[in-house]
Amino acid sequence: MANPKLVERPLSPHLQIYRPMLTMMMSIVHRITGMALYGGTLLLAWWLVAAASGPKAFDTAQWVFGSWIGKLVLFGYTWALLHHMFGGIRHFVWDMGRGFEHPAREYSARAALAGSIVVTILIWLVAMLAR
Amino acid sequence: MVQLTLPKNSRMTEGKVWPKPDGHDGKPATNLKEYRIYRWSPDDGANPRIDTYFVDLDDCGPMILDGLIWIKSKIDPTLTFRRSCREGICGSCAMNIDGTNTLACTTGMDAVDGAIKIYPLPHMPVVKDLVPDLTRFYAQHASIEPWLKTDTAAPEKEWRQSHEDRLKLDGLYECILCACCSTSCPSYWWNGDRYLGPAVLLQAYRWLIDSRDEHTGERLDQLEDPFRLYRCHTIMNCSKACPKGLNPAKAIAEIKQMMVARQF
Repeated sequence: MANPKLVERPLSPHLQIYRPMLTMMMSIVHRITGMALYGGTLLLAWWLVAAASGPKAFDTAQWVFGSWIGKLVLFGYTWALLHHMFGGIRHFVWDMGRGFEHPAREYSARAALAGSIVVTILIWLVAMLAR
Repeated sequence: MVQLTLPKNSRMTEGKVWPKPDGHDGKPATNLKEYRIYRWSPDDGANPRIDTYFVDLDDCGPMILDGLIWIKSKIDPTLTFRRSCREGICGSCAMNIDGTNTLACTTGMDAVDGAIKIYPLPHMPVVKDLVPDLTRFYAQHASIEPWLKTDTAAPEKEWRQSHEDRLKLDGLYECILCACCSTSCPSYWWNGDRYLGPAVLLQAYRWLIDSRDEHTGERLDQLEDPFRLYRCHTIMNCSKACPKGLNPAKAIAEIKQMMVARQF
């Protein structure tokens, strides 16, 4: 070789060019919702601590959660929790060695996504009607 | 580790648009298929680029690989790719086609709407154009010792196996080590230096489940590692990519089950 210097090879493209597929997206969202649950759990903890500290602190918490932005966050938290739960059920099934075949893996992905959205809306409908 | 963007030297630029070919009668060909192909050469020091070619379908076979060979022989002899058997048994022409990893020889051009975009297998060092460096992949395969390991004296003739036990190897022995699955896996992209990846784990399971092999425990010990085995997060890209219709994700789950089962 004329030039013995090592050539720095490029890395072939990956995320940039791989077609996004539902199963792959559900996996990524499972991680994201898992992380979001840390935040949601903190909110829950704050609400409980406020309830234990007295009426003033509790009123503040209730006011924040009752505002439209607070409700939006809680709505997102509900969905994240359910999405992660349905994703967790899929993981349980996989750990039994089942649900890997086509089309079962697509069906469970769709079911988890649809289930998380439908149940979130149901919970909020019930909560609104029960008030 | 997770790196979502490409390093500076790997970012792609728009390349050359090669002229449309003439047909048999000397007039411009009309039945064309557009190919957009990743190009990189170690010789010019430039970044990778995407070249555009037009294949005359009236002069070319139906598969994606036929088109690549047609381009190489009729338009641009510098286009570099691996190919050998042209019937899905050697695994040489594995590449990223239309956003998913598969074999160019068993994928028809008609399976892709519009331009056919072709890249090398994802997240691998590029040797040239569509040729990735598979050194590490092969080393990982060697690391699982993919051969029969026994302690008892070798029988006079062959190692015998019941029909039932032989059936357990179906869906595993067919793997051609094309690397479509491993290079489709985001976990392998981010942790390919420590995670063995779907292809190698499917091979590992092929020896774990073989009734004739006597080193099952030792093989499991080798895999009992947070990275080598447990970086599989059932993303499923592997099983969807496999051009042989195998199911690496399921094989990995079976290994995980063996890990649990041997504790009781």
